[in-house]
Amino acid sequence: MPNNVTDFLTALQEKTENALTASSDNQKIVIQIGSATCEHAAGSQDVLDEFRRHVVSSGRTDISFHPTGCTGRCSKEPIVGVFIPGHAPVKYEQVNREIVHKIFASHIQNHMPLAEYALDGSLEEEAIKNKLVSDDPVSKNFTDIYGDVPFFKMQRRIAMRNAGVLNPESLEEYVHIGGFKALAACLSKGDPQWVIDEVLKSKLRGRGGGGFPTGKKWQMIAGQPEKVRYIICNGDEGDPGAFMDRGMLESDPFNIVEGMIIAAYAVGAVRGFYYIRAEYPLAIKRIQNAIDLCRQNGLLGENIMNSGWSFNLEIRLGAGAFVCGEETALIRSIEGKRGQPKVRPPYPTTKGLWGKPTVINNVETFANVTAIINFGGDWFASVGTESTGGTKVFALAGKVKHTGLVEVPLGVALKDVVFNIGGGVLGDRELKAVQTGGPAGGFIPATQIGMQVDFEPLAKAGSIMGSGGMIVLSDEDCMVDLAKFYLTFTADESCGKCTPCREGTTRMLEILNKITEGKAEMTDIDKLERLARLCQRTSLCGLGRAAPNPVLSSIQHFRDEYVEHIAHKKCRAKKCIALVHYTINHEKCIGCTVCQRACPAECIKGVRKEAHVIDQPRCVKCGQCYEVCRFDAIERI
Amino acid sequence: MNQQMINIRIDGEPLRVPATTTVLHAAEKLGIHIPRLCYHPRLKLEGSCRVCVVQVKGFNYFLTACSTEVWEGMEVETNSPAIRQARRDIVELLMDNHPRDCQTCERDGVCELQKQAYRLGVRERIFEGKRKHYPIDNTSLSVVRTSEKCILCNRCVRVCKEVQGVHNLSQQGRGFNTVVGPAFLSPMDESICIQCGQCVAVCPTAAFLEHDHTERVWEVLALPRDVKHVVVHTAPAIRATIGESFGMPIGTPVTGQLVTALRRLGFDGVFDTNVSADLTIIEEATEFLSRMKSGENLPLLTSCSPGWINFLEKFYPEMIPNTSTCKSPMQMMSTLLKTYYAEKKGINPKDIYVVAIMPCVAKKYEAGRKEHALPDGTPTTDAVLTTRELAWMIKSYGIDFESLPKGEFDKPLGLSSGASDIFGATGGVMEAALRTAAVKLTGEGVGPLEFEEVRGVTGLKETTIRIGDIDVSIAVANGLENAKELLDAIKRGERKYHLVEIMACPGGCVMGGGQPYPPLDHDSLDSDLALRRARALYTIDDNKQLRRSHENPDIEHLYAEFIGEPNGEKAHALLHTHYQARLPRGIR
Repeated sequence: MPNNVTDFLTALQEKTENALTASSDNQKIVIQIGSATCEHAAGSQDVLDEFRRHVVSSGRTDISFHPTGCTGRCSKEPIVGVFIPGHAPVKYEQVNREIVHKIFASHIQNHMPLAEYALDGSLEEEAIKNKLVSDDPVSKNFTDIYGDVPFFKMQRRIAMRNAGVLNPESLEEYVHIGGFKALAACLSKGDPQWVIDEVLKSKLRGRGGGGFPTGKKWQMIAGQPEKVRYIICNGDEGDPGAFMDRGMLESDPFNIVEGMIIAAYAVGAVRGFYYIRAEYPLAIKRIQNAIDLCRQNGLLGENIMNSGWSFNLEIRLGAGAFVCGEETALIRSIEGKRGQPKVRPPYPTTKGLWGKPTVINNVETFANVTAIINFGGDWFASVGTESTGGTKVFALAGKVKHTGLVEVPLGVALKDVVFNIGGGVLGDRELKAVQTGGPAGGFIPATQIGMQVDFEPLAKAGSIMGSGGMIVLSDEDCMVDLAKFYLTFTADESCGKCTPCREGTTRMLEILNKITEGKAEMTDIDKLERLARLCQRTSLCGLGRAAPNPVLSSIQHFRDEYVEHIAHKKCRAKKCIALVHYTINHEKCIGCTVCQRACPAECIKGVRKEAHVIDQPRCVKCGQCYEVCRFDAIERI
Repeated sequence: MNQQMINIRIDGEPLRVPATTTVLHAAEKLGIHIPRLCYHPRLKLEGSCRVCVVQVKGFNYFLTACSTEVWEGMEVETNSPAIRQARRDIVELLMDNHPRDCQTCERDGVCELQKQAYRLGVRERIFEGKRKHYPIDNTSLSVVRTSEKCILCNRCVRVCKEVQGVHNLSQQGRGFNTVVGPAFLSPMDESICIQCGQCVAVCPTAAFLEHDHTERVWEVLALPRDVKHVVVHTAPAIRATIGESFGMPIGTPVTGQLVTALRRLGFDGVFDTNVSADLTIIEEATEFLSRMKSGENLPLLTSCSPGWINFLEKFYPEMIPNTSTCKSPMQMMSTLLKTYYAEKKGINPKDIYVVAIMPCVAKKYEAGRKEHALPDGTPTTDAVLTTRELAWMIKSYGIDFESLPKGEFDKPLGLSSGASDIFGATGGVMEAALRTAAVKLTGEGVGPLEFEEVRGVTGLKETTIRIGDIDVSIAVANGLENAKELLDAIKRGERKYHLVEIMACPGGCVMGGGQPYPPLDHDSLDSDLALRRARALYTIDDNKQLRRSHENPDIEHLYAEFIGEPNGEKAHALLHTHYQARLPRGIR
């Protein structure tokens, strides 16, 4: 039996190598263009179009196109790579039709790369000199291409090692870089427990937010007497501003599929489901393509890789409810019921989908499985911290210079992510806090920026790892306003089942509104805390229990801002419109009338060349006058 | 599974309980009643109200007592200051999103939310803010839905789905905007609702109530006697339950006091629906015997329960040919009052106002059916009062119910057999029918009187009874989910019966949607409550001389004087009805 699997893999590899050589001539120039939802939104399809036109009109036949997923360097998309045999790979940023023309004329036709458009200055001498040359076999393919980009250099790519490297729709490319070796290894060993043991050794913990040890979860379901078991991949990524799962599903779908098949083998699942939110059409398309190709090539379905073991995968779509990312609600959604959480226990591992033992893991969790099998659980454990193995992908956003998906080893200092990878606070303003964990996360104040990024330290600081949102906040952000922002989201997305979350979030939001409108009393802070604790302690599901985190952690670390809002009717970040006033400094105003003309409410009065006045009751506080005044005469208090 | 015993501590007290016990039930063994709202012993676990939270050592959040099973060494605190505050705050949050109208609410005094708020000490509103607003849905003739009063405990949704198999109600929208209603929040009268009123019975607040008929009854009672002759008839199940509303023990028969109370209220004639129950038996037994003879359209399905009839028309119209065409006892009685009685009294039927006291809210819908009207279109039943509504009227009038002298029903249409009393319990109609059918089938004038096999509150009862030399297979279903199971089996040909009794409400009419809210320590749908209420009816039956419907001399007289032959032409005109498929829109 084991030999069958090895033979199968060898045959598959031969087949794909033949296909790859047949379709490509090694002497060709390759133009690599990002092809993921974010790249498309940034205009990568126009760029591809333009390149095609240039290629056609130039008459050259030695140029081929290579679509890849998304590297995670969001703010610099579309990213284009030009790979000329014998030359170092060159990456360009924010390419548009005009730049395409220049790249084509200079780089492709004349082999003269354009340093001014290179991604993150990667063609500068220093960058080339400091290029990361890694012998790490896990991320070698990635480093070879992107090792000279500072943003990537400081990352550790495991889950996202193929993003921006492979064509996400090509099984051949995936097999070429060692795809399905891991599955073959598991199947030829013929011992599901070995797989579980490797995952246990790896200290992999659920990347969906809870951080439950993955191996332990698999062990629990493997020990169930019921033989009909299911496995689910949770791709219902709902946190605003989080797109790790989308990035991985769109950029490296075969890796996720292979990881999931391995997991299914380990736990003895008979059927698996991808639960992907319907808002991710490209991810759905690519996973479906991966499933179809795997099925056509004997990697899914009956008798997988000639091992005698059978397993099937299918996709189910999420219909837009945040709560369906919660596992019991997700299960009900797949069952065709109203997506609401259920009381636990029983846990899904004992009674899940259709009452059968079910294992649910996040996309990123599955993305790590193949690496664990290929390079060993011990190696994976050595990457992270004492308690958690491996890396974590974060969606770095907010007031930070470089935004995007970053993958770093667990245990990395928060400040390294913000300052080294992220390049520091936008406009070099003062760092106020970092918000982690999505809408149910908390705020880490700037004073604690040295902390390690891992499940426990984050929880201790009053936040959570969550699915990996990381938003950098500067002194221009108001903490009360932010707490209100997140709570608006959770109150809106509360499923309505349990009292504390349904009613409590609404009441908390009402109090926060009062505070930002300057109508609150000091006792409202106590009420807010009381409600938050209630919600935290008595809600039915994790969503409700975590919903008050932004409130509690902002009160814990930034109580003075709350007090300022209430007692002094002042918002220091000038975010809370009701507490902001615009006045005109008569000494500075020269009566140029620019503000008068800009005011949409027509509430600025004054005669030419004389100081103007704002009619306060009619002022809508839009800030237009403040923006247009060239004499700093408008004061914002 | 062997019952493993587990040692736990609740509030410091050691306790040994079986392994699958929940904390809620374990605490009850110590005499601690943990407050609850969404929990209902007969319905699936919901765990949504969070009122029953307790503190369990080792957890940084609170667990719900209703859903948490004990484990060895578990230490539970049920009344720590943190728990007390959490429960209080949860109930306040529910109150904050609920109208502030306790004093003017129909459920004032019998509201579970009000009770919990008082018990848990919600003395002030700390968090009050905006409140949900929804229009009242009173489109249904039976049930009024007031979503503003809903606390989203989901009991109605569960009873409609799990017990009645109707699936009409569901939660819609999310978060603060969550609301319970029929699909797409369509009006109740356009929904698949079968009007059984079990949602009313399980609702902890006044979000579901029966359509009020008390006002119109007060009005006619106040009219001069020569303008309206107001008569009332009262269903078998009322006498077994209305005493509860006046603090009397569960299962106290109060027929005499009930009659007197109705006279005090000012009714000109007080009659007994039991009489028409006897009549139903005669008609139905005749129908049954003729079908037995021809072998056509068997099994015969009973037709007394209007909730079941609605269910039949909406979900099982293919079973209409099997269903008895007999009107329900209420409609038979109302018809007789506006024909036979009117004739006898020399009163124009239009001047007679018939009020029926029923344990049922579906009767309100039945009374409004077009087929239940005199040729000129006047409805035969003008108003239907539930047990609860009548109890309120008696209280409102200031009648001291318990100390009332026992009265007698007016004659004619006042004398009934014991067989009619047991109509109020599941299996009662079957037993009453069997008593008569047995005698008629054997033709010997005697037969068995008590059929223990069909008594009790089991959802589905089936047996074969040997009468003479015939084996009669029978089945009794109560609760429509059980009826569904039975009907599907019949349709698939897996089971064959001769006679089937179906009652919509679990436990029969004694547990109808219009019955008094359960007293302390009982839940609606409680089988113990059903048994005790039914026992009152069996006791009345036991104490009667007359035990078989066809032996009722008044009935014999009625046929001789007015109706003619059972199942005859006049009987059909007066006492029988017809059904039609009313498939819900969008279904099948």
